[in-house]
Amino acid sequence: MKGLRNYLNKVKPNFMPGGRYSKLQSVFEGFESFLFSPNTTSSTGVSIHDSNDTKRTMTVVIMSLVPCLLFGIYNIGYQHYLAIGNPDAGFWNLFVYGFLALLPSIVVSYVVGLGIEFIGAQIRHHEIQEGFLVTGILIPLICPINTPVWMIAVATAFSVIFAKEIFGGTGMNIFNVALITRAFLFFAYPAKMSGDAAFVATEPVFGLGEGSVVDAFSGATPLGQIATSASENPVLTNIIGEPISTLDAFLGLIPGSVGETSTLCILIGAAILLFTGTASWKIMLSVFVGGLFMGFIAHLFPSATYPASSLTPIEHICYGGFAFAAVFMATDPVTGARTEIGKYIYGFLIGVLAILIRVYNSGYPEGAMLAVLFMNAFAPLIDYFVVQANIRRRLKRAKMND
Amino acid sequence: MLSKISKEALLGPLSRNNPVIVQVLGICSCLAVTAKLEPAIVMGISVTAITAFSNLIISLIRNTIPNNIRIIVQLVVVAALVIIVDQVLKAYNYEMSKALSVFIGLIITNCILMGRLEAFALSNKPWPSFLDGIGNGIGYAIILVVVAFFRELLGSGTLFGIQVIPQAFYEMGYSNNGLMILPPMALVTVGCIIWWHRSRNKDLQEQ
Repeated sequence: MKGLRNYLNKVKPNFMPGGRYSKLQSVFEGFESFLFSPNTTSSTGVSIHDSNDTKRTMTVVIMSLVPCLLFGIYNIGYQHYLAIGNPDAGFWNLFVYGFLALLPSIVVSYVVGLGIEFIGAQIRHHEIQEGFLVTGILIPLICPINTPVWMIAVATAFSVIFAKEIFGGTGMNIFNVALITRAFLFFAYPAKMSGDAAFVATEPVFGLGEGSVVDAFSGATPLGQIATSASENPVLTNIIGEPISTLDAFLGLIPGSVGETSTLCILIGAAILLFTGTASWKIMLSVFVGGLFMGFIAHLFPSATYPASSLTPIEHICYGGFAFAAVFMATDPVTGARTEIGKYIYGFLIGVLAILIRVYNSGYPEGAMLAVLFMNAFAPLIDYFVVQANIRRRLKRAKMND
Repeated sequence: MLSKISKEALLGPLSRNNPVIVQVLGICSCLAVTAKLEPAIVMGISVTAITAFSNLIISLIRNTIPNNIRIIVQLVVVAALVIIVDQVLKAYNYEMSKALSVFIGLIITNCILMGRLEAFALSNKPWPSFLDGIGNGIGYAIILVVVAFFRELLGSGTLFGIQVIPQAFYEMGYSNNGLMILPPMALVTVGCIIWWHRSRNKDLQEQ
């Protein structure tokens, strides 16, 4: 470590203003603070002293995503080997297959996103922010495994430029960047993002997992099956036609976008976020309460027109991307509500809207993405009214004391 | 040939005083009819004709219009012209008339028309007013065509209905971007044009 530090100190003057590579100053500073914690402190008075910074927050979020990531990789392999009729191929076969299938998406998402951020920072002489570290891993986790990498590249470029850089970069965006990527893909390439062919990798990767798909194969996710069924009590099956239970959905061995299938792993991630105080428990809790509430209401009036109303509230939480959105998307501190009461309203409405869209709009089998994006737009309004209410309350108290 | 005021009236709206990207008027139809190139061009021509002639007519009678009913007079003139254009389209290009549906009729609500009548035709002579109408119409049409070019190319892979993206691309896995056909991307495209335009004309940038 000492050698690295010395090397950095040696090359540093080249990157400072006037140096040979002064145009790349923010790249250098980005790498330096990535490798070592910055040792500069504020010279004027500050109120809060804490070693917590964006880098540490982002690292914690990445750590909390690791269970979902690892399980997602395993599940890609599991679904693939199940589809080719060989689910007992061994843990490492499954895992390596999933890893190789997911790796291109992760690499592309990081290269495109960080590339644009670096270029933007150089042009505007800003510091490079750590914001994309989390977004870059979230994007592959919320996309179906069969999304072509060039689509991920286009969508990532679009959302980093139009959802983030245009508003002023990290911390200034109105909408969640990862979800904008997902929404872009969903509306631009609907054929690749939903239906039977999107969620289960059936092709061999780097020669691994050769085999033809079994006859009974159908790659629809449970929510996709519900949306296309016409019965009041649809029977949910896995990809080879065996019925599945809510426990399967909780553990996560079902087809779906990469990171969202396992509610258990998401809850482990939630525990890490809450234990370290990184995410707001108020938002998380109220999203779940909102979802359970709306799921309960919908379940009171089951109908064949809206087949998803046959799901119990608990099933709503376990299937689809609801839990993932509640834990990792709704709690984004930049795009969410910031007032303490506002957080409850914001989270609750996300939960209600997600289930409302899921049940009563047959065009969208999953509503979590749209619900979070919609409430992102309303978060400032919620905050405004909470603050105004507080001002009114205190004015009233001040007048009473006169 | 042209006096200074006429020249400014004709050429100003093409870039530095463009109705769409500088004054941000006429955005609604800009989002609605630009999914394909052909309707966008027809729309551009229709709006140009209507702005030019409504400017001319209002400018001719500007001294006889009582000030407190001028909006009604303007509306009558514009509505008459819109109906003429609509009928001509129905007679000679029925398919296009169907494709543009209500948006030809809605030219009457296009902010550019009222804006030019109020701001220019009511206080200028007929000839400069006519040129101002032509200039603003073309300024609007240019933006429509540029937006429609990108939307049709990326959204449908065609230009004027003829496929321009080679079939080999599709076989290699390329797909048309369905979002480009939806109105939100028209807004983003107009935004990009404004971005490019303001970066070229630094004095237009707001502080």
